[in-house]
Amino acid sequence: MAKIKVEKLTKIFGPHPEQGLRMLDEGKSNADIRETGQAVGIADVSFEVEEGEFLVVMGLSGSGKSTLIRCLNRLNEPTRGHIFIDGDDITRLDRQALLKLRQTKISMVFQHFALFPHRTVVDNAAYGLEVQGLDADERRRRANEALELVGLDGWADSYPGQLSGGMQQRVGLARALAVEPDILLMDEAFSALDPLIRRDMQHEMMQLQQRVKKTIVFITHDLDEALQVGDRIVLMKDGRVVQIGTPEEILNNPANAYVERFVENVDMSRVLTAQSVLQRARVVAFPNDGPRTVLRKMADENYASLLVVNRDYTLVGSISAEVASKAVKDGVEHIESLVEETPSVTPSESLMNVIGILADWRWLLPVVDENNKVLGVVTRAGVLTALAENNDTSDSEAERSDAA
Amino acid sequence: MIPSVPKFPLAHGIDVALDWLTHNFSWLTQALSHAISAVIDAIVAGLLFVPPWLLIIIVAAVGWRVAGRRVGIFTALGLLFLWNLRLWQPTVETFTLVLISTLIAVAIGLPLGIAAALNKRTSRIVMPVLDFMQTMPAFVYLIPAIPFFGLGAVSASVATVIFSTPPTIRLTALGIRQVPGDLIEAADAFGSSRKQKLFKVQLPMAVPTIMAGINQTIMLALSMVVIAAMIGAGGLGGEVWEAIQRLEPGKGFESGIAIVILAMILDRITQRIGRDSKVASAH
Repeated sequence: MAKIKVEKLTKIFGPHPEQGLRMLDEGKSNADIRETGQAVGIADVSFEVEEGEFLVVMGLSGSGKSTLIRCLNRLNEPTRGHIFIDGDDITRLDRQALLKLRQTKISMVFQHFALFPHRTVVDNAAYGLEVQGLDADERRRRANEALELVGLDGWADSYPGQLSGGMQQRVGLARALAVEPDILLMDEAFSALDPLIRRDMQHEMMQLQQRVKKTIVFITHDLDEALQVGDRIVLMKDGRVVQIGTPEEILNNPANAYVERFVENVDMSRVLTAQSVLQRARVVAFPNDGPRTVLRKMADENYASLLVVNRDYTLVGSISAEVASKAVKDGVEHIESLVEETPSVTPSESLMNVIGILADWRWLLPVVDENNKVLGVVTRAGVLTALAENNDTSDSEAERSDAA
Repeated sequence: MIPSVPKFPLAHGIDVALDWLTHNFSWLTQALSHAISAVIDAIVAGLLFVPPWLLIIIVAAVGWRVAGRRVGIFTALGLLFLWNLRLWQPTVETFTLVLISTLIAVAIGLPLGIAAALNKRTSRIVMPVLDFMQTMPAFVYLIPAIPFFGLGAVSASVATVIFSTPPTIRLTALGIRQVPGDLIEAADAFGSSRKQKLFKVQLPMAVPTIMAGINQTIMLALSMVVIAAMIGAGGLGGEVWEAIQRLEPGKGFESGIAIVILAMILDRITQRIGRDSKVASAH
C-alpha cells in the first residue's frame, strides 16, 4: 500500500469555490475561472508516494506545488478529492484528529526556515514535542538528538538570529525530525540558500535519508535539484500534473513540449550516466590470444585497441594496435604479458566523470559490474554523440516553439 | 424661509440615560469606589512610609538594571530634585494614580486587543469605540464619573483608564496581527492548538509592540493628571490646578516640570523593557 495516495485533489481559492469546481468540470481554463474571482490552486492531481520514497514535486511559481504540499497536512483545505495516508482519508479528519496527525505523523520544513526568533535553537527543535505535551527533560533529550542528526550539536542555546542561513535551515530540519514523523514535507527547503550551501544540504539530505528512511515530499522550482535528490519527480504546470517519472524517464521521454522545454537547460553530462552511452564490445581479446589474432580482430571491427578479458568476461586490461604489431615482429606468442592496465567505470557513473577519465585515456573505456565483469564499452565518440543528440533535440524544440 | 427643525435632544437623552444608570447602579459604583480608594490610599501610605532617599535608591537601581547606567543616574537626580522642591508627596500620589490606572488599562486592554486581533467581528466593533474614546475631550468623562464614583482619585482614575486604554488595545492587536505568516504556518504545521499558538508564538512575538502600547498608555495616563485634578485627584496635577487658580506662574512651572521629569523617568524605563526582549533583538 502506498504511504500517501492523492486522488483527484482540487483546491479552488476564492469566495465561491463550488462555482470554480463547476467551471473546471465544464473544461474552462484557469484564466476563465479567475475572471469570476476564484483561483485554481490545483486541479485533479493524483499520485502516490511509496514508503521511504523521496518524491520531488517540481514546477515554476504559480504551478500549484506549494498549494499541493499544504493540502497534504491541510494547511490548505482541499476543495475536492481525497488524500490517503496509510489508507486513512485525512480529508475527513476532525480538528482534534488533524492536530494529532500534524503533531506526530507529518512535519514540515519551510523555505524561509520559519524559526521562532524568541526561542533558542533547542527550544525551536523541541517545539513539536512541546505541543505534544511531553515533559521538559524528554523534549530536551529528543531535540538534542535531532540537532546532532543535522550536525548542530553545540548550538543548542544560541538564538536563530545568530546562525547563518544554512544552519538555520538545519534547525528547521531538526525541528521537523524531532517529532519522529513518518512523512517530511519540504517546501522549497533549500531555495533560500546560496548555491554552494545548497548543494551541501542536498547531499547531506540524501545521506540523512539513508539513515532515517522517511517518506519525503520535496517541493522545488529547480530541475537540477529535483534530478539530484528525487527518486521520482512530479512535474506540475497550472495546477495540473504534467508528468510523473524517474529523473531519467523525464529527461529521456519528456511527456510534452512543456517538459521538454524545462529539460533543455539541464546540463546533460550531470544527468546522463555511463549506462546511457554504453556500447556492446563487439569483439574482445583473451590473454592467450596471439598478437596476429588480436590484430585481425581489430581490423575486422576497425578498432585501434581491444579490451582483454578472461573467459568469464572479467576485465584484465587492454592492448593497442601499436603494441600488438610490435609483438608480431618480436615473435611474442601470447599477448598476456603485454596487457596494459585500464581504468573502468560502473554503469551509474555520471557522464561528467566519464568525460574526465576519457580526457586521459585514449582507448575503449570498459564499463564493469560489481564483479569486474565487462558489460560494454564507452568511447569518446559515443559520449560526444549522446551529448550532441540531447542538445540537438532541445535546440530544434526551441526553434519550433519560437516559430509558433 | 428656513423651516424650524426642532433640536435633536441628544444632551437630554444622555442626561436621562446617565440619571437612570446612576440611580440604578450607583450602589455598585460607590462600593467599587470605596474599594479602589482604599487600595490607592494604602499604596500612597506605603510609598510615603519608606524614607524618600531609600525609595530614590530603589527606583534608580531598577532604572539602572532595566535601562542602563544613564537612565539610572537620570532617575536618581530627577527624583532628588523633586524631593528638594518639596513635591515628594504629590509625586507619590500622581505615580500611584498612574500605576493603578495603567494596571486596570492593561487588564482590560490586553484581552480586548487579543480578541480584536484574532476575531474580525470583535475588531470591527472595538476599533470605532476606540476612536470615540480617544477623540472625545478627556474631561467630558469627568462629569459623569462624579455621580458614579464621587469626587477624588477614583473618578480620576476611571476617566484616566477610559482615556489611556486605547493604545494598549490597538498595539496589542497590531503586534499579534503582524506576526509573520510563515511562523503562524509553522505553528499550525506542528499541530498547535489555538491556545498554544497564542501563548507560544503570537504573544511572545508581539511583546515589543505590546510594550510600546503600554508605554503610550502610561504617557496618556500622566497627561490626564492635571485634568483629573479638577475633580480633586490631588497629586502634581493638584499643585498645577492650585497655581492656576491663584495665578502663581512660578509654582505652576515647578509642578509642571515635576510632571515632565516623572514622565521621562517612566518613559525611559518602560521603553527599554520592550526593546530588550529577544524578538526585538532578532529583527
